[in-house]
Amino acid sequence: MGVLVKQPGVLTTVQDKGRAGYQSSGFNVSGCMDQKAFRIANILVGNGEEEAVLEMTLMGPSLMILADAVIAVTGGDLQPKLNEKPLPMYRAVSVKRGDEITFGFAKDGSRAYMAVNGGFSVPGVMGSKSTNLKCKIGGFLGRKLQANDLIPFASPKTALPSMESRRLEGVTYKEKETVLRVILGPQEDYFTEEGIMTFLSGEYTVTGEFDRMGCRLEGKSISYKNGVDIISDAIALGSVQVPSHGKPIIMLADRQTTGGYAKIATVISVDIPKLVQRSIGDKIRFQKVNVKQAQKLIKQEEREFIKLKRKIGE
Amino acid sequence: MTGVRILTAGDSALTVEFGNEISEEINRQISAYNRMLLEHPICGIVEAVPTFRSLTVYYDSQIISYQKLKKKLMRLTEQLQITAAAKRRIIEIPVCYEEAFAPDMSNVMNHTGLSKEEIVKRHSSKDYLIYMLGFLPGFAYLGGMDKELITPRLQSPRVKIEAGSVGIGGEQTGIYPLDSPGGWQLIGKTPVKPYDPEREKPILYEAGDYIRFRAIDGKTFYEIRELVQKGAYSCKIIEGGV
Repeated sequence: MGVLVKQPGVLTTVQDKGRAGYQSSGFNVSGCMDQKAFRIANILVGNGEEEAVLEMTLMGPSLMILADAVIAVTGGDLQPKLNEKPLPMYRAVSVKRGDEITFGFAKDGSRAYMAVNGGFSVPGVMGSKSTNLKCKIGGFLGRKLQANDLIPFASPKTALPSMESRRLEGVTYKEKETVLRVILGPQEDYFTEEGIMTFLSGEYTVTGEFDRMGCRLEGKSISYKNGVDIISDAIALGSVQVPSHGKPIIMLADRQTTGGYAKIATVISVDIPKLVQRSIGDKIRFQKVNVKQAQKLIKQEEREFIKLKRKIGE
Repeated sequence: MTGVRILTAGDSALTVEFGNEISEEINRQISAYNRMLLEHPICGIVEAVPTFRSLTVYYDSQIISYQKLKKKLMRLTEQLQITAAAKRRIIEIPVCYEEAFAPDMSNVMNHTGLSKEEIVKRHSSKDYLIYMLGFLPGFAYLGGMDKELITPRLQSPRVKIEAGSVGIGGEQTGIYPLDSPGGWQLIGKTPVKPYDPEREKPILYEAGDYIRFRAIDGKTFYEIRELVQKGAYSCKIIEGGV
């Protein structure tokens, strides 16, 4: 009753919205890197939007389905196949016991999500099913998936009402240059005017040091006033830290709760999904917005989600 | 309250900064402020993270806007003076400083020139303020160690330090809440689990609390450890005035 892992892929973990509420005790939040693709996957299979899914990275797993179920795959294109035929993404698909789902290398984007109707049956730890790799808690035994793991389904259904309308247009992440909108602060006063100009006008490149904790960028050094060491404070999702070498690091789902580098800006919430689907060598530019604009964009996106649910009959 | 700044940390977090130094006074204000937020919750706040000099508030902008929350947080800083006289909560942690649990005691003796007895006495006779938790779940940044005990970190960090180990790293002292690499000089070990994901409250203490180490012998260590494994041990908590 569930899914058997035949090949685990590079980094496949069980994730949900994240484990909020324990940062003051030092627990990083974790959760899906691309919260948008994650929510859509759940909506497509008729789940609550925060149900746990599988997050797959760069090179996906090979899975065997052990019970009839309805699944959906969203996010980056890791070339999913169902019994060796292309598996359509952004769509609810009925799968049968014995079916094989295989993923390959990322062709577009970096991270894919697979939701199953009813969710995966893994115990919630401190209010979340997300795998926290550092603390070894949550998800499946607190670790990334390995060959021969069996992740049980909670309560799969073999079909859902209006299966035909449970489909959306695919998403592409192919673009020459990604613009990430940022809000300056909390420590923009540690940087020179010129440094802030450099940050907002320069082109940055995604390096290989890009994992669930953060994304290190290469590009023009950002100049600062008297140093970038601060007395440690909290690190929000999307914080752009600048260590003394002047190259920005964007902090993501598995970031540590606190840190001692000055943060020049914070990437706005709606742009995080765009960032986490980038790959090595991709170009990034930053564009300044204010909080009001960013919060309006969140509201707009929530309205899009409502429309989307209506469209597929949820 | 003067000198408080509210900094923007993106579209879903605000940082209330009380100062830009490590001091007990600032930290006490942050603890009092955090308590006020817990006692009078503002709808839309997801969680608050106290650190050395600030408190970061994570919020849902669909429930409360930036402008509104900023105003509310600022108003709260003005009320803080009145309620600042908070109670002190001390959590007593039993520590065995005997040789089997203290592989680096001789390093600390050599560096400080103090006897083992003197080190144990000094280390266990202070109440250490928890400035913040971070780095690892339940890792407490403690302030107030006896200056005579200052010992530099190991030149080559250990690959694995067992959970419960108590060490000195420069001017800091603390407990490793879970197995982890680290470079602190280990001078003892506690049988209690500062972090237990299975426990209702996974972490024993919070920022603003104090920790007091109580020296125990090896026999007591194993007795307490057995109780801990059965879930039948609770640390002594002492509540008192400032």
